[in-house]
Amino acid sequence: MRCDVFFAGYGGQGVLLAGNLLSYAAIHEGKNVSFFPAYGVEKRGGSAMCTIVFADGDTGSPVVGNPSVSVLLNQLSFDKYAAKVKQGGICIVNSSLVECQNISLPGVEVVLVPMNQIAIDLGDVRMVNMVACGAYIEKSGALQSASLEAALKKALPERNHRLIPANVKAMEAGAHAARG
Amino acid sequence: MKQVFTRPESLKDVSTHFCPGCHHGSVHRLVAEALDEFGIRSETIGVASVGCSVFLYGYFDVDVIEAPHGRAPAVATGAKRARPDRIVFTYQGDGDLAAIGMSEIIHAANRGEDITVIFVNNTTYGMTGGQMAPTTLPGQKTSTSPYGRDTSKDGSPFKMAELLSNLDGVAFSARVALNSPKNVLNAKKMIKTAFRYQVEKKGFSFIEALASCPTNWGMSPIDANQRVTDEMIPYFPLGVYKNTANL
Amino acid sequence: MQTGTPEKIFVKGNEAVAMAALEAGCHCYFGYPITPQSDIPEYLSRELPRLGGEFIQAESEIGAINMLLGASAAGVRAMTSSSGPGISLKQEGISYMAGSELPGVIVDVMRAGPGLGGIDASQADYFQATRGGGHGGYRIIVLAPASVQEMYDLTMLAFDLSDIYRMPAMVLADSVIGQMKESVTCGPRPQTVLPPKEWVVRGRAAGEPQNVVKSLYLGDGEMEAFHWKMQARYQELADRECRWEEVQTTDAELIVTAFGSTSRIAKTAVAMAREAGMKVGLMRPITLFPFPKKAYAALSERCKLFLDIELSTGQMIDDVRLSVARDADVAFYGRPPGAGSLPTPEELFEQIKKNYRASA
Repeated sequence: MRCDVFFAGYGGQGVLLAGNLLSYAAIHEGKNVSFFPAYGVEKRGGSAMCTIVFADGDTGSPVVGNPSVSVLLNQLSFDKYAAKVKQGGICIVNSSLVECQNISLPGVEVVLVPMNQIAIDLGDVRMVNMVACGAYIEKSGALQSASLEAALKKALPERNHRLIPANVKAMEAGAHAARG
Repeated sequence: MKQVFTRPESLKDVSTHFCPGCHHGSVHRLVAEALDEFGIRSETIGVASVGCSVFLYGYFDVDVIEAPHGRAPAVATGAKRARPDRIVFTYQGDGDLAAIGMSEIIHAANRGEDITVIFVNNTTYGMTGGQMAPTTLPGQKTSTSPYGRDTSKDGSPFKMAELLSNLDGVAFSARVALNSPKNVLNAKKMIKTAFRYQVEKKGFSFIEALASCPTNWGMSPIDANQRVTDEMIPYFPLGVYKNTANL
Repeated sequence: MQTGTPEKIFVKGNEAVAMAALEAGCHCYFGYPITPQSDIPEYLSRELPRLGGEFIQAESEIGAINMLLGASAAGVRAMTSSSGPGISLKQEGISYMAGSELPGVIVDVMRAGPGLGGIDASQADYFQATRGGGHGGYRIIVLAPASVQEMYDLTMLAFDLSDIYRMPAMVLADSVIGQMKESVTCGPRPQTVLPPKEWVVRGRAAGEPQNVVKSLYLGDGEMEAFHWKMQARYQELADRECRWEEVQTTDAELIVTAFGSTSRIAKTAVAMAREAGMKVGLMRPITLFPFPKKAYAALSERCKLFLDIELSTGQMIDDVRLSVARDADVAFYGRPPGAGSLPTPEELFEQIKKNYRASA
């Protein structure tokens, strides 16, 4: 089994951290993982994206042309990458920042999640990436949410472990919203 | 019969390729005497540069690395960092050190590398046939400044001993000459001080030796010695420009 | 993050290079910041001093390569790393190291060029790496990792080969392999038997011979003899050290060939072709110098169609064409480096289909 997911947004939305967390979660489940980041030249505020491939065997190409799942966190990413989602794949869209009227992606399941709104309701817009991760896990079924919790412990420095419960809550909210 | 003058042990028993009247031989000898007198020959690594001094390994009986043009201070940095228990010195001419290698010398000095740099300034590129050097004097004719160095377009000569003395990493910086017995004796004292500072791990030590190049200056050795007095020393005054022991 | 532990850890390719250097006993690192390889000096500036090593951020790429020359001449394992514009500046020093028969590891995380180019992945410095790069006519060992694990393993190998054959060794990666993260097993340094370094400058004690590390040869026939000696060494390298990976080549009617990150993308494209019932294989050179010529020759005895894929307009293809049998065809698909030019497996699959059909 080989799974891939593409995450994109603007710098500051925590896209690369989300990708790292999913990678650690997959490693937690004993998978081989490749995490391939790409970002604009700007350190802040530019575009950020990453591709995560995980498999029981060889991960093969770290680059994926037509992702089976894409998680798109802003309008720019949506405009650029939504059409690339594989036929039969899933496109998870941050409906807080993407114009959702008249979305037409034939052959692709579109999942609208108001990620910013959910994160703000939970008290911190910076948790938008955790909401996105929760939505991904719920819709793809590729990873266990318990693995993501384990990943948080691994990816966050010890001093930030006190933030884990809030992040888990954000994940659960994302999953709940994606379930619809 | 009592022998009163011998070849330093740190020099090989060979004749050099240096031209008659050239001061490189004198500088070689003074450096070798310093190594002998401190008993550090067997711990010493020399770094040769590109120019007339490239054959360092042919004359000095010490291990030698031959550096690319101008890079001797970087090569010496690598060797000293790899073997901090060794004595490392570079031996460079004016084109090598003050033109193509200006970046390497400034930064090695500024890092305070525990090395000794022997800089031979004869105001010309000797090996390649007497072209204009970064230390060529204003108005001096060379094969690439046939009308004389024009400071309005070529800039003025670099005064390296003064320039480096402004850097915090430099422990010792002095300018010497070799054109008279008195100057030679003083040069010996300065060169010994430079090596002593390295032995004592005081930091970067620098000797600028004003030297003659009779061949490329088109002069007899005697006239060349006189030119050092008449033209070079007034522009490049002798003396100690930095000595951390006196700070 | 410890080195030498058998546990798998999840790190960037660049970090794996730095970790391997530490495990290999690299004592000195000299470098200058340049994207996309700055993780290497950042990591080593933190870890090397703790282990008693020396880290210097040099004043320039030229300074860094010459510090490497000096440290290597003094007998320790040493490394530098850079990317295209910096590697160009280092060529002078690399030539002197080759001329002085000095070992030393140079990591080149390729980025797009020429000139300032960009920070995206590139394979357009294949010629610069495999043809020596500087003046005078020489070669250096060139290893091409295709995974983070190989960034670790091949960096370690580069130190050993460089010491054994007394020539600089380059790890030729690109910004995809340098920036991506994968799990690696940080194995211990292999127990390779290394020749004693009798040639190092160490301070000549009484009775010992004078050691001189130099590249100046002026005597009658000296320089020529040096070149023939090195030529024989390159041949020895080719006989003993060629490394490559073959995937499903046994029955292949078309063999895709690529190195580094491109080979990873190609591998998935080959898997797609196999799924579609096409007999397609992959040949991935791991050593680019020595180039595994005999392996290509052997493959081309049976399979007559190759598809060379590169992130350039075609450089390795010259070596592939010189290696395969005369009656074998080598087709080419390349994407010159730059933002947005990284090919996808789907795109390469299309190229495979096109060439496969044409041959049927």
